[in-house]
Amino acid sequence: MQEIQSLIGGFGVALSAYNLLLMLIGIVLGVLIGVLPGLGGANGVAILLPLTFSMPPTSAIIMLSSIYWGALFGGAITSILFNIPGEPWSVATTFDGYPLAQKNRAGEALTAAFTSSFIGAFVATLVLTFLSPVVAGFALKFGPPEYFAVCLLTFCAFVGMSHDPPFKTIASMMLGFGLAAVGQDSMTGTLRLTFGQTELLKGFDFLIAVIGLFGISEIIQTLEEGLSFRGGNGKIKLDTVLKTWRELPRYWMTSLRSSVVGCFMGIVPGGATPASFMAYGLAKRMSKKPKDFGSSQNPQVEGVVAPETAAHAAGTSALLPMLTLGVPGSPTAAVLLGGLLIWGLQPGPMMFVEQKDFVWGLIASIYLGNIVGFIVVLAFVPQFAAILRIPFSIIAPTILAICAVGAFTVSTSIFDIYMMLIFGVIGYIFKKLKYPLAPLVLAIVLGDRTEEAFRQSMLSSSGSLGVFFSNGLVGSLTVLALALFIWPFISQAMSRLKSPA
Amino acid sequence: MSAPENNEAGDHRSAASVRSLEVVTAAILFALGAVMIADSLRIGAGWNMDGPQSGYFPFYIGIFLCLSSLINFWHAIRDPETATESFLTRHQASMVMSLLIPTTVFVIVIAFIGIYVASALLIGWFMVRLGKFNLARTAPIAIGIPAVLFVLFEIWFKMPLPKGPLEQLFGVA
Repeated sequence: MQEIQSLIGGFGVALSAYNLLLMLIGIVLGVLIGVLPGLGGANGVAILLPLTFSMPPTSAIIMLSSIYWGALFGGAITSILFNIPGEPWSVATTFDGYPLAQKNRAGEALTAAFTSSFIGAFVATLVLTFLSPVVAGFALKFGPPEYFAVCLLTFCAFVGMSHDPPFKTIASMMLGFGLAAVGQDSMTGTLRLTFGQTELLKGFDFLIAVIGLFGISEIIQTLEEGLSFRGGNGKIKLDTVLKTWRELPRYWMTSLRSSVVGCFMGIVPGGATPASFMAYGLAKRMSKKPKDFGSSQNPQVEGVVAPETAAHAAGTSALLPMLTLGVPGSPTAAVLLGGLLIWGLQPGPMMFVEQKDFVWGLIASIYLGNIVGFIVVLAFVPQFAAILRIPFSIIAPTILAICAVGAFTVSTSIFDIYMMLIFGVIGYIFKKLKYPLAPLVLAIVLGDRTEEAFRQSMLSSSGSLGVFFSNGLVGSLTVLALALFIWPFISQAMSRLKSPA
Repeated sequence: MSAPENNEAGDHRSAASVRSLEVVTAAILFALGAVMIADSLRIGAGWNMDGPQSGYFPFYIGIFLCLSSLINFWHAIRDPETATESFLTRHQASMVMSLLIPTTVFVIVIAFIGIYVASALLIGWFMVRLGKFNLARTAPIAIGIPAVLFVLFEIWFKMPLPKGPLEQLFGVA
């Protein structure tokens, strides 16, 4: 098994004292980010990305990906203790997690949540270890038409898998492509959509968009909803942990099912949030007592297990398409991809050939990072939960200031801070009107490369779209993409036929 | 996502309906799509000797943006719920403004007084106005947090951030 050998080599890279320290810092920062409103995985990583420019790439990605794992863990803490999902993928965790905490079973719910997160991530990391070399080997044969078909699949998956109105998803995505096109055309050097403004010459940096869309907008929304943090005690006793662990094997089927759902939704870019809802729904449907799910009388630990497993599995497996194809499966994976490009690494199949140390160091660090994260959250839940007792009037301006600092450091430009605020307002309005933000961000990230692949394909076929069906591989990718694209319209039509209103 | 109802006292009358926001958003996106189409046609959206021109791809993106915005516009004015549904109440609007106005001022003054002093003022403003803290409790936090940022960025990471007259006075700008 060559993967095992590579992985052991990877552990050799990841297991240095320096990298372990960065991992620990990353995890703690990540949990903080996950707990605090207004800071999430994507924008937390985006803000800290400039600080890693001078680090060796492997250490940098270990720290940044650890922030992501930490954020995934952190989201569960506030969901269970305060009924406030720190992250969108923890919304489903509140359904049973918060009622459990109300019944003085917070320790049980938290232990179940962390353990499930850990298991979900572990399964996804196994998938990553053994599937990514295969996918990368496959992708070595990709030409521009295949690359474009994969991008098409990514974007069509957003239309097909998301619960948001399909035409809003498309509008949001097209806006992203439009923003990506601003500036110099990478192929001919022609200036596009700049209207003589020097600030627009370099185009829109997606990191600025991420900080605004996810960070600023969330603070606005938090304030608008008038949060008050009233929460249970988060202290976990050792015997509660052991008791919960004895119980958890009972839910092995739920864990397995949720892991599969999560891995699938992470690789096909459905994302962690829909994965968590889907896993929760499945667990409820398959359960013998579906009525108890989310009830205040008899909340189910299984209702915490399912979404947490799936969210963490999806969050982890979202790295697979990012590493092997250079097409990220989630906004956070997109930010990490941006980091790779800045550190001078070209994500994609060649990385598995040329940058073995980096790739396997990263994969090994995911195993370690999740173990470290698991221990950190179990041990320090009360400390992390106490952060929410800091008044919002201190947290909000501090996060705003940190976002501004983060936006400035991306390319030391004050203009970027203005853009961040504008993106913040756009993000707030978009969220409230159900325009999804993830496709917008991914379109900004992938826009130029999608366009390049499209134009190169067109060039080789002298303008015929037939090139996207010219062989079995690209043809099936394109057909799958189109099928995903029209799926919401078919299912809409079907439900209309079933219930003529 | 349905926002939980705000339990605090305040004006619950609607400040803006969902429909008005939907319509304005769709119109703006349509306009942006039209701008993209126009700019693409200006630089050439067809073929020349060496293949597709610069406007070839954005042209179609613009068309898709316009079409999807038209459909969203149509949905918004046809759906009867959007007219009565509130986008945000007056109380919520005033909360949002109490955040947006100082933040806008903060972002603008960064260029003149530097990011550290601006952050101190922003934190101070929020604590006194929204948090009802007195000055004695506000000052250490409002000065302390930017000071930590200063140590972190200027000294530790050696990453200079915007500075203003105060830093010049201390000779660190």
